[in-house]
Amino acid sequence: MPKDGGIGASTVRREDIRFLTGKGRYTADINLRGQAYACFVRSEVAHGRINGIDTAAALAMPGVLAVMTGEDFTGMGGNPAGWHIPSRDGSAMREPKRPVLAHGKVRHVGDAYAVVVAETVEQARDGAAAVVADITELPAIIDMARAVADPSHRVHDEIDGNLAFDWGWIEDNRAAVDAAFKIAPHVTTLELVNNRLIPNAMEPRASIGDYDAGTQDYKLYTTSQNPHLHRLLIAAFVMGMPENKLTVIAPDVGGGFGSKIYHYGEEAAVLAAAKAINRPVKWVADRSESFLSDAHGRDHVTKIELATDKQGNFLALRTETMANVGAYLSNFSTATPTFLHGTLMAGPYKTPLVYVNVKAVFTNTAPVDAYRGAGRPEATYSIERVVDKMCRELSLDPVAVRRANFLTPDQFPYTTPVGLMYDTGNYQATLDKLMEIGDLAGFEARRAASAKNGKLRGLGLSTWIEACGIAPSNLVGQLGARVGLFDAATVRVNATGNISVMTGAHSHGQGHETVFAQIVSDKLGIPASSIDIVHGDTSKIPFGMGSYGSRSLAVGGTAMVKAVDKIIAKGKKIAAHMLEAAEGDIVFEDGKFSVTGTDKAKSFGEIAFSAYVPHNYPLETLEPGLEETAFYDPANFTYPAGAYACEVEVDAETGKVDVVGFACADDFGNVMNPMIVNGQVHGGVAQGIGQALLELAVYDDNGQLLTGSYMDYTMPRADDLPMFTVDHSCITPCTHNPLGVKGCGEAGAIGSPPAVVNAVIDALQRGGHSHVKHIDMPLTPSRVWAAIQG
Amino acid sequence: MTHVTMTVNGKAVAGEVEGRTLLSSFLREGLGLTGTHVGCDTSQCGSCVVHVDGHAVKSCSVFALDVAGGQVKTIEGMANADGSLGVIQQAFQDHHGLQCGFCTPGMVMTTAALLAGNARPTEAEVRHGLEGNICRCTGYHNIVKAVLAASGQDVAAIAAE
Repeated sequence: MPKDGGIGASTVRREDIRFLTGKGRYTADINLRGQAYACFVRSEVAHGRINGIDTAAALAMPGVLAVMTGEDFTGMGGNPAGWHIPSRDGSAMREPKRPVLAHGKVRHVGDAYAVVVAETVEQARDGAAAVVADITELPAIIDMARAVADPSHRVHDEIDGNLAFDWGWIEDNRAAVDAAFKIAPHVTTLELVNNRLIPNAMEPRASIGDYDAGTQDYKLYTTSQNPHLHRLLIAAFVMGMPENKLTVIAPDVGGGFGSKIYHYGEEAAVLAAAKAINRPVKWVADRSESFLSDAHGRDHVTKIELATDKQGNFLALRTETMANVGAYLSNFSTATPTFLHGTLMAGPYKTPLVYVNVKAVFTNTAPVDAYRGAGRPEATYSIERVVDKMCRELSLDPVAVRRANFLTPDQFPYTTPVGLMYDTGNYQATLDKLMEIGDLAGFEARRAASAKNGKLRGLGLSTWIEACGIAPSNLVGQLGARVGLFDAATVRVNATGNISVMTGAHSHGQGHETVFAQIVSDKLGIPASSIDIVHGDTSKIPFGMGSYGSRSLAVGGTAMVKAVDKIIAKGKKIAAHMLEAAEGDIVFEDGKFSVTGTDKAKSFGEIAFSAYVPHNYPLETLEPGLEETAFYDPANFTYPAGAYACEVEVDAETGKVDVVGFACADDFGNVMNPMIVNGQVHGGVAQGIGQALLELAVYDDNGQLLTGSYMDYTMPRADDLPMFTVDHSCITPCTHNPLGVKGCGEAGAIGSPPAVVNAVIDALQRGGHSHVKHIDMPLTPSRVWAAIQG
Repeated sequence: MTHVTMTVNGKAVAGEVEGRTLLSSFLREGLGLTGTHVGCDTSQCGSCVVHVDGHAVKSCSVFALDVAGGQVKTIEGMANADGSLGVIQQAFQDHHGLQCGFCTPGMVMTTAALLAGNARPTEAEVRHGLEGNICRCTGYHNIVKAVLAASGQDVAAIAAE
């Protein structure tokens, strides 16, 4: 049993109180004295040469204070890609400058080329409408295959072939993989699209720039998943200022899903504008701007081949992928289709030979970057779809085939052929658990019942693994990362015994304020109500790389635990002095420092008080105060894994798919708060079902976004989804962090899309439509109906 | 600018607005009631739902002047008189019906209107009733559960607890 409110308890969330009473404080809710408002002027064409921008009319509009264009930012640096990915021929990645505002050319619809600052939001909008740009429209490069094949059009004039890189992983494996395919008894080939998505955190992006002319300090309030990363990018790369002159505050943030990891030009623009007019400048995106300018997700076109023997044993796997990076390289855009995708292509299987090729293609579309799961959903979808197709081709049971190819628990630690070292896992256990909680044995009866109602019922499986807890810095550094990916925390024990924890992780829905307090409470034996979790402010927190890649607990939480350990270690020294005992004889348990084998003890509060009122204190050997900081760099990724089952009913007359059951058996390692973990899985699965059935970002041939609002882009709504059956009782604790945690934030979005598509194909195959081997996501009624018609 | 008066959460309020000022803007910017959120510009997401004269409305789709003299209730008016969470708010906390919190005010206001018209809805009725509110975090599982619980129904049997 977990301690009351400690590790493992389903403690309800403290942050809910402010969110449920309207007292949340999101960036758009913040108003600074004297603030002006910014409105960005965005390109209406996908590709065009800027001949000139006439701002005179805008400047003459009522209330307009300033108009800035790309020209005003040419002295600044570019917003960089965070990873350098060389091509397989050894050539360097081609990375065009990404300016604060477009200059020379606009490269996607929504590319901002000017900003108008005015007294009110309405005046800023009116002013933006009065900016006159002379732009010569150029042919839009939208389709990836054409972008690569047609040398006459370039998104960036200096980059021929529109390729950022052509990456092979692992190049040394290529010949052996090709040789295995030549002699394989069976080869299954599948061409598929991992559909382009728009993240759509419910809070649109927003930023407020502030400048203090007296101290020359900048302050930025912004919708960020990682305020320190924003500070680094803005200060060191874009605006060229000392980091200590910029504070970045990410207050309550209304969801991220990746889209708020990145630095966007609007943030530098409001800072520069604030300095220019010497007043705070606020910008809040409307949803239409979000659709056009937030980094999109996925967008891979892949050919995957699986070589097997006739019994379905995997012999080799090979993929070729074109990954759309859009018009510019967003911060994580080069890592997502490569080291977060190619390295996962072994899945939970013992496939001995794997080779992955990824071409990153520039197009005149919004930049594409990490979206919940980031590369790992793409890998999982490709693998789990081709495995299912192989099972059908060879008339094999998809459960038995997966079992036969799983790594077994005795094989860990296991080095994959794509460069990762899985530390632990038990894939058989999660599959067994799935069979139980999903009642897979009862499927046939449910199918018969559906058939009586005229519906085709199908069952789809997905067994998945991911690498998260991002990331061991020395490893990712070798792979091209330009930053470290450790994290940090400070635990400050106040004189009166209560605690402030400053964490580099950032909560934008994950509930850190509750869970992190549970952990500290558990470790120190003091009530969680005496512990505050502080996040999202670079002026308060030592450092931090933020929250994404399911890293908050595994990396940020570990830093916090290590800082707590230092507090306990110092407390033992203080206690040894006060209790006149040897430090080695002091034990800390249940909030008390005791001399082992005696009843002599000091409470945690007494020790804290003594640290701040050091009247009886070893001042000659120990500093007063009780505050510790720890930085933690993980030794390895963590490897959550699981097994998912989806049941669908298909109406063959309309092509409509209903998800009627969804079960998840996950191994997240140790679980700190089961209620929150369940919620993370629910949300991830909903996004995965959205990808599989509903969501698609569509650009027409001219580069106009046809799905630019909630009228056109289909978000999952309450009546699109079933209740989910979720279990995380299969636990193989992570071997290299003290909490034994792996991360759960992305799992649902990674594991679910192939389960849904496999279920639909299963329904159609069992229902007599055996010609349907594959349908690309999203499986809308029209696509399913068309597939049925052949 | 036009002078407008209305009652918000039981208090008489007044302000100067343009003809184009939306109710959501008047609440947020004019009255500082920032619990009402704006998540889209096409009346689709429901983050901005408030009650006007007892009906749930999307405050981004109503001009402040159109509500002149009306009774408006926002998320800030949903707690009990002693400041404790109301029944719906408490159910959302108890059943983890929110994550990032951005859609939450709209969800609570829609739920209140739903339950006012249907005291014991079925799961299907709840899902249909929440169709106009988008949540990107929860997959709706725990929201639906919270709404059912708020209506006094036993949700212990619902999977995944």
